[in-house]
Amino acid sequence: MIKGRYEARFSAVGGQGVLLAGDILALAAQKYEGRFAVQSPTYTAQVRGGPTKIDVIIDDEPVVYPKTTAIDFFLSMAQGSYDAFFYDIKDDAIVVIDPNLVPKWKEGYTTYRVPIIELTKVQIGKMVMSSVLSLGIMVELTGIVSKEAVEKALLDKAPKGTEELNLKAINIGFEQAKLLKAGK
Amino acid sequence: MKKFISGNEAVVEGALIAGCTFYAGYPITPSSEIASHLSVRLPQIGGKFIQMEDEIGSLAACIGASLCGHKVMTATSGPGLSLMLENVGMAIMAEVPCVIVDVQRGGPSTGLATKVGQGDMQQVRWGSHGGYPIIAMTPSTIEEVVKFTIEAFNLAEIYRVPVFVMTDKVIAQLREDVDLDSLQNYPITNRKIAGSSEEFLPYRAETVTDVPAMSPFGGPHLVRASSTTHDQHGRPTSDPEKIAFKNERLFRKIQDNSDSICQYQSDLMPEAEALVVSFGISARSSLQAVAEARAAGKKVNFLKLLTFWPFPDKAVQDAARGVKKVIVPELNWGQAAVEVERVLGSQIDVIRINKTNGLIIQPEEILEKL
Repeated sequence: MIKGRYEARFSAVGGQGVLLAGDILALAAQKYEGRFAVQSPTYTAQVRGGPTKIDVIIDDEPVVYPKTTAIDFFLSMAQGSYDAFFYDIKDDAIVVIDPNLVPKWKEGYTTYRVPIIELTKVQIGKMVMSSVLSLGIMVELTGIVSKEAVEKALLDKAPKGTEELNLKAINIGFEQAKLLKAGK
Repeated sequence: MKKFISGNEAVVEGALIAGCTFYAGYPITPSSEIASHLSVRLPQIGGKFIQMEDEIGSLAACIGASLCGHKVMTATSGPGLSLMLENVGMAIMAEVPCVIVDVQRGGPSTGLATKVGQGDMQQVRWGSHGGYPIIAMTPSTIEEVVKFTIEAFNLAEIYRVPVFVMTDKVIAQLREDVDLDSLQNYPITNRKIAGSSEEFLPYRAETVTDVPAMSPFGGPHLVRASSTTHDQHGRPTSDPEKIAFKNERLFRKIQDNSDSICQYQSDLMPEAEALVVSFGISARSSLQAVAEARAAGKKVNFLKLLTFWPFPDKAVQDAARGVKKVIVPELNWGQAAVEVERVLGSQIDVIRINKTNGLIIQPEEILEKL
């Protein structure tokens, strides 16, 4: 398990569901792994389409300062939000982007390019699941929480009747990340 | 068991523990989750939720419900607070217990709907005309939001006043741990109710610090609640003696009890050279900075204000004793700093850290001044 303060940022545009993805990650760490977590969202006045992000901080002790200062993991599903929120990123951070939506990215980080939206469309068919799939990729790549913990937190948050679909989406994320780690 | 909830949800939990049975409000970012959750939770316990036509109506409805015996709350943000101010004065003069949550966002005016600010601290003190004391709480963690929402209800009931819970966009929407079970038994205070057989005066008071017992509308007594300066019967008066008594009592029931109302956390070191005074979300930036400064060998005192009004003068004096400088970080142009300067006079250098760009203060910005 990763010790000490860990900072993750999920960014997209309003409506894609990344705020919920961050919420589930923080809940997994707090409720099912007994760690301290804080999640803090940023959004705009637009109902949909504005750049949004959610910062999740996981630590072994209570989190005093609730915003990120040195980010270990960054994910983006929109160029606008990538440009707006790609800062405070550590040199050894893991970065995940959807290359169809973020065609311009900065070199010099461990960057995985995953066509998240395309994958969601083809393998699940419901676009709303793209953020859950992203979360699966994140958890498998970083190991910041266990897969069991994130699945439990996901089920806590999933509306009735969508449990199976949510589990399917997060597992596609896990599998996708295994391929990435294997260099495929 | 520990729950993982947001600041807005924490307000709801605190209100329900305190015994809130009535909420009237008008939605506004970043406070709307409070209304949305209470619209579900209050009917479950037999309470009432009403969405009003605007913020003026919202506080008016709360005042009416409180006079009927309910424990009441409304929540808003800066633009809505501006509309409520007329009725804040009404609640002060008619002596009506109510809790007003202000989830502060960037201002002035419509300002920054989705970004943080702490610019309403002096507005709640002085916003309604005529002059009056006020109580305002400034929690900085989710657990404190629950506790100080309960405290706000308790103080409103004890002193028959509107009490403000001042949070902000960041606290309202960040989620963190809170042990709600342990807070279920938090001490609760209810208003003093007049016995049904005694002769009732709606504003009966023997001394200038008395808080009159209440009797609900529809109960055994004839009740008057008036925003016009009134005598103990609640009737308008032009008698200078009665006017003076009423006005002095409105002031002194809070001022004379400020020592017991004021809450703060003070973390002092021997031979400290600097003091950081802060509140709300800025207190979290400050605490981080103080911890880092101490780790680097600096001697720094820290004072977190949990009650902003009445301003804890004595706590500031004690924490500043012997230090060479006092740093006041806040998300406005110096609304706490002017109070610190008033308390300390010109004897100590007060350094302001002010930020109004919609972001919170980073610990480094405070460390630079230490």
